[in-house]
Amino acid sequence: MLRKALRLFSLTLLALSGVYVQAAEHSDVSNTVLLNMPTGVSTISHEIYNLHMLIFWVCVVIGVGVFGAMLWAMYFHRKSIGHEAENWHEHLGVELVWTIIPIFILIAMAWPATKTLIDLYDTSDAEIDIRVTGSQWRWQYEYLGEGVDFLSELSTPLDEIYNIEPKGEFYLQEVNNPLVIPVDTKVRFLLSATDVIHSFWVPDFAIKKDAIPGYITDTWVEVTKTGVYRGRCTELCGQGHAFMPVVVHVVEKDEYQFWLAEKKQEAAAIAALTETTFTMEDLMARGEEAYLRTCSACHQPNGEGIPPAFPSIVGSPVSTGPIDEHLNIVINGRPGTVMAAFGGLLNEVDIAAILTYQRNAWGNDMGDVVQPIDVYNHIQGQ
Amino acid sequence: MAHGPAKGITRWLFTTNHKDIGTLYLWFSFAMFILGGFFAMVIRAELFEPGMQLIRPEFFNQMTTMHGLVMVFGAIMPSFVGLANWMIPMMIGAPDMALPRMNNLSFWILPPAFLMLASTLFMEGGAPNFGWTFYAPLSTTYAPDSVNFFIFAIHIMGASSIMGSINIVATVLNMRAPGMTMMKMPLFVWTWLITAFLLIAVMPVLAGAVTMMLMDINFGTAFFDAAGGGDPVLFQHVFWFFGHPEVYIIILPAFGVISEIIPTFSRKPLFGYASMVYATSAIAFLSFIVWAHHMFLVGMPVSGELYFMYATMLIAVPTGVKVFNWVSTMFRGSISYETPMLFAIAFIILFTLGGFTGLMLAIAPSDIQYHDTYFVVAHFHYVMVAGAVFSMSAAVYYWLPKWSGRMYSEAMGKLHFWITFIGFNITFFPQHFLGLAGMPRRYADYALQFADWNMVSSIGAFIYGASQILFLYNVVATIVAGKKVSEPKTWEGANGLEWTLPTPPPYHTFTTPPDLHGTHDHQLTDDQLEDHPGGATH
Repeated sequence: MLRKALRLFSLTLLALSGVYVQAAEHSDVSNTVLLNMPTGVSTISHEIYNLHMLIFWVCVVIGVGVFGAMLWAMYFHRKSIGHEAENWHEHLGVELVWTIIPIFILIAMAWPATKTLIDLYDTSDAEIDIRVTGSQWRWQYEYLGEGVDFLSELSTPLDEIYNIEPKGEFYLQEVNNPLVIPVDTKVRFLLSATDVIHSFWVPDFAIKKDAIPGYITDTWVEVTKTGVYRGRCTELCGQGHAFMPVVVHVVEKDEYQFWLAEKKQEAAAIAALTETTFTMEDLMARGEEAYLRTCSACHQPNGEGIPPAFPSIVGSPVSTGPIDEHLNIVINGRPGTVMAAFGGLLNEVDIAAILTYQRNAWGNDMGDVVQPIDVYNHIQGQ
Repeated sequence: MAHGPAKGITRWLFTTNHKDIGTLYLWFSFAMFILGGFFAMVIRAELFEPGMQLIRPEFFNQMTTMHGLVMVFGAIMPSFVGLANWMIPMMIGAPDMALPRMNNLSFWILPPAFLMLASTLFMEGGAPNFGWTFYAPLSTTYAPDSVNFFIFAIHIMGASSIMGSINIVATVLNMRAPGMTMMKMPLFVWTWLITAFLLIAVMPVLAGAVTMMLMDINFGTAFFDAAGGGDPVLFQHVFWFFGHPEVYIIILPAFGVISEIIPTFSRKPLFGYASMVYATSAIAFLSFIVWAHHMFLVGMPVSGELYFMYATMLIAVPTGVKVFNWVSTMFRGSISYETPMLFAIAFIILFTLGGFTGLMLAIAPSDIQYHDTYFVVAHFHYVMVAGAVFSMSAAVYYWLPKWSGRMYSEAMGKLHFWITFIGFNITFFPQHFLGLAGMPRRYADYALQFADWNMVSSIGAFIYGASQILFLYNVVATIVAGKKVSEPKTWEGANGLEWTLPTPPPYHTFTTPPDLHGTHDHQLTDDQLEDHPGGATH
């Protein structure tokens, strides 16, 4: 406790004295005092970092001048040491000088900023296109032209958030399915959203762009170093805003190809599972897992929701009513509410498992089973 | 016919007296300051450690939203309107505001508006939870039902602001004492005149934005709903066309206050009066053409980004002129450090730091890293709190002896200043580091690497919050039991018509205007002060 207090105290002193120390590489955050922007690992992130430091030092120099003059006056022109006030209060020359010199400083800064900005906007000639879709509160990544498409959701357990379990090293910075991209390759992200505005940020890549419903915005990155990079959503998007991180694995090019092939196989395997008939136990187990991952942020782990925004599933007319209507709401969502259309977000097996779970958990006890093929047929029949 | 205030509650309900209405505004804004501060304490308490301890994320979002709305619309804006009510007639030698009944109305519609806004906290579904910038569609399709009350409250606040502004413009343009030309007006009057024009220009735009929200929510339109052919980005353009001038609406009167206080305690005339007026006008003009620098990440074309970046950087020029002028005013003066001066000097230092981070944020490529992080939170609290709130504290200590006829305790005032100054910096300086290290704003919970600075920031916030109780104590103790003063001039270096009036000023002042013909600048000579003692007719 004392050590912690001392550490906090020294941090505070550091902050007040305005000491600006360069933060270390992101990889070793736990033992470093975080003070500055990461230099990052993409071609553009270094440019932005340099721009940031340039303007920072310009401000420091101006600040030393202005505050220096002020402190001089505060000390040497005090009434208490008998300093007499002079009466001058105008000087056209001086005023022109301090109007014109800043304009030149600004032009000098605008020049590199313009260059970097134009680079940032050049999304042409990308080798890989990934569509990023923000939803409350998860990211969906679709590798365009590859048939690979998956959801990426927070994997930190609720028990850690609510202080029942100790927090892990990557608390709130871990997901079930990370984004995977190859190193030294220009990757273009096409961003959109299904409900409210989200914003996709990976600090080490120096990319941040809003994902807006009805729009497709774009940005790009070329990462120069392999590793795991962690980012987050930066546009207020509701109660789960702090709980939809971005995790990106940057791997060697051949490793990426291997991963992509594996993902394609997984998709094929899921398609095969769609035709499998599962037992109640299998569906309940898979359903509980998928429910906690995807549904519980709103409807809560106990199914009781937070009415009126997030209705209870326990004994509700939907989860204890006809299967067709239940399927319809989960697959197509409820327009005008937070309830998203999960038909495009989850595979048939998971939807079937979640429905079975919802119809039989928390005392709903409907006793019926929804098979993946039912989901498939429902979607096809629309 | 001389008459004093009515007795009892009707004095306050039916008053058309600029001093009474000014007092009402000031107390109301202080109450809102405490309420908004309480919300901030809840936020900082939850962020003291990683994990959710005290409240749930959905309530956290209500707290950030209500904190912003109450502070901007309830605390800062009404406090400066209160100051304008008290000081403008006394500074320009007018008997009262030009439109006294409207003055009463513009105040008395505010308490119901904020009562309604605060009541949403107890409604089913909770209070507004979409941030004080209320971006659609989070604030429309996905909003709690209480959003309708929020919209109505915003409409009322807008009406109040517009009425207050019309009143100030009419007063300043029509009721100046004979011989007080525009370029002789005190700078506080100038900054408020320009602020009033800004308010009249942009409050209707805000009203338009919330009306479109109302239509989207209740009447099936789709202004901001992409599914209906609408445009969520349109909302941001409309909001920030209001929102950017709004930040200057908040800071320009603060510039005016500082421009009164610095010369007084430097015992030297304000340096570059004319350039101060021009710089203020330039800032006001620029505020209308830079709004999309809040939207660098929505995917504007690169030409648009470049334009908004250049225009935003230009604001540094007139703002710099103001800071240079204040420092030059102090230079070779005869400076003393009473409480108002301490707050004014802290204003210059901290506002300039906020200006520097503003310049950094203007650089569009770097803004990619700063945008929507705690760096931005630190930036705007340096300009809003250390700017507007510090200048308001300075103003209260500066004019309270004049208003009340009683002197505050200098020791207590300084104690309040130092605790405020230290608490403020412990709260907000580390937030620069948090933002640069990658912590987004409006996060109810955060990753472990942000834990240390958040704890420091929370400790600072509790210190800063507690120091405002001391402020309340100081003001009440002064009014009730402060040492009586009767000299017209509380401060030896003070200039301006308000210091020619008796202390405390009678209920009606300048019923016969002073004559300022023959003065060469905005400050009166000692001879003229003796010739025109002002004061009441009785």
